[in-house]
Amino acid sequence: MEGEIEIQIEEAGLSSSTSEHGTLGQGVGNTLVGNTHEEKAHQGTSDHNATAGDVSASNKSWFYTDIVKEHFFNPRNLFKTKEEADTYFSDGMGFVGSPACGDMMKIWIQVKDDRIKECKWQTFGCASAIASTSMMSVMITENEGMVLEEAMHLKPQDIVKRLGDLPARKFHCSVLGDKALRAAINDYYAKHGHQEKVIEEKHRMIDHIAKVTDHDIEEAVLEGATTFEAVQKKTKVGVANKQCIPEVEQLIKFYKEKYYGSE
Amino acid sequence: MVIEIYLDHAATTYVRKEVKEVMDRYFSEEFGNPGSFHTIGLRAKEAVNSARETVRKLIGAKRAEEIIFTGSGTESINLAIKGFCRANKTKGNHIITCKIEHEAVLETCAYLEKYEGFEVTYLDVDRSGRVSVEDLKSAIKDNTILISIMYANNEVGTIEPIHELVKAAKSVKKEVIFHTDACQAGGALDIHLEHLGVDMMTLNGSKIYGPKGIGMLYLKSGVKIHPIIHGGGQEFRLRSGTENVSFIVGFAKALELAQEEREQENKRLIQLREMLVEGIKERVPKVFLNGHPQERLSNNANITILDVEGEAMMLYLNEYGICTSSGSACTSQSLDPSHVILAMGLPYEAAHGTLRFTLGKRTTEKEIQKVLDVLPVVVESLRKISPVNLTVEEVIN
Repeated sequence: MEGEIEIQIEEAGLSSSTSEHGTLGQGVGNTLVGNTHEEKAHQGTSDHNATAGDVSASNKSWFYTDIVKEHFFNPRNLFKTKEEADTYFSDGMGFVGSPACGDMMKIWIQVKDDRIKECKWQTFGCASAIASTSMMSVMITENEGMVLEEAMHLKPQDIVKRLGDLPARKFHCSVLGDKALRAAINDYYAKHGHQEKVIEEKHRMIDHIAKVTDHDIEEAVLEGATTFEAVQKKTKVGVANKQCIPEVEQLIKFYKEKYYGSE
Repeated sequence: MVIEIYLDHAATTYVRKEVKEVMDRYFSEEFGNPGSFHTIGLRAKEAVNSARETVRKLIGAKRAEEIIFTGSGTESINLAIKGFCRANKTKGNHIITCKIEHEAVLETCAYLEKYEGFEVTYLDVDRSGRVSVEDLKSAIKDNTILISIMYANNEVGTIEPIHELVKAAKSVKKEVIFHTDACQAGGALDIHLEHLGVDMMTLNGSKIYGPKGIGMLYLKSGVKIHPIIHGGGQEFRLRSGTENVSFIVGFAKALELAQEEREQENKRLIQLREMLVEGIKERVPKVFLNGHPQERLSNNANITILDVEGEAMMLYLNEYGICTSSGSACTSQSLDPSHVILAMGLPYEAAHGTLRFTLGKRTTEKEIQKVLDVLPVVVESLRKISPVNLTVEEVIN
């Protein structure tokens, strides 16, 4: 039931945010939207007519859901230019990841009366990472803007749900977005004299020898490792320190239920 | 209609018309089991024998029994490595391979390491993806029984100096056995055994415009291996299972045509590939070619494009009907970026932004032109939203 309502809101969100098309939509992006969004396709001006028009019929057999595709090819809330990004005034900025990890995100927010009024972002990552960040930017700015308290607790699953699902092994791509958002909100709190509201990301050391934290295990589960063997392969947890294995198994069970639901 | 531009020939190729034509007879008309004693069976057997003879001549094997048909390149590799190690474990337990091999080799070696007491040395490669002769020589130990080095790499196209490696290895230890995975080479390189000197060689159909699901292992007379599939004793008791007559016939035909046309086709492909690589370099800033500049497959262009992620580029190109593949973590099952790119010493950030274009028979100049029109736009779009700003110097130094 809840899912159906979500989808309706999502569709409303899509159409209300079309005017916020950023740089990616220009030229390539617009032509890529395909048949379903033709009216939007004419908003952008293209210098690249050579390729326009050839792509509209290729909507078959896409790896992700249509909503992911839509947000990937037409990301919302982008800066129009690199220069705009450099000079943008924000109340808070958050930054996570690195190109070496394969995902990197930067998020800027403007806050008014404890609500997020505007969000801009940049993402280096795959299609699901780009779509997740785009969707999150819509979610936190729609309906007068999300209250900071609520935004602080936005979960990756909330974003994935609005995207109409992501393949399990792509789930981790959606995690950086909410992390970057929390970093941006913390930055806002810190800059505006609300140090007491800053929530630090705390990690607990589980395997002192392999230096694996609960967070590392969470990441491994998000990346699709749902058995002890798979998590160990990724993290080397418990290889030298056997005592921590029961706790690791508990954590895997916990995160598995958290992200993939109970069996 | 989107025109599909297929630039992923290293993944697999279409079956060419001439091949399909010779295969067609062996489904409903000539359906016999080569193991049967009646006329229908004997005709099927004759078809297999004649295909074997074609292949034997093409690679310069001495005897028909040296050609073993299997179900895939992967199966041939498993048969070569597991089969040889199991049959020769009293002689030693050390295998040498290299870090950029296909998973079929790497995982088979890892399996033997984990479950059957073998020790594996994974040789490094240089920045161009080449194994060094000296490294190989010094890795050979008293207990080394097998070396498996690929002829040409599937991701970056680098060609390994197989003949030199074999010569060097045998100079250190005469009785060591050398296997090469030549799956990517079958259509493009000289696969004559006299010029390679290997004891075992794997080929398959799906990269040479033949059918998928057919592989071949060359096994030099005198080299002892155990079968990995047991049963009715087909293929000289080394690969049981009723012979896949149609595919065997198709494979032989495909290999024959590929070798016949090799030189001419290479010339054409190199021209197109240079047009692609030079075109990309001209139009897209901050890119570089991976693999060896000269010693590479004629159809391979593996390119790193900085500040953007490979899967995103690949999916974007896919929207234009351009089919490529990427070494990025997001396109792999493991979520790790390409082991080949990393083994060549490139940092993770480069591995994530890697695109592989592999050209083939149907590739035209017009198609390459289309890629050159589209790619700069795709890269520019993704770079606009990327917070990363690397330089080529910091990545490759």
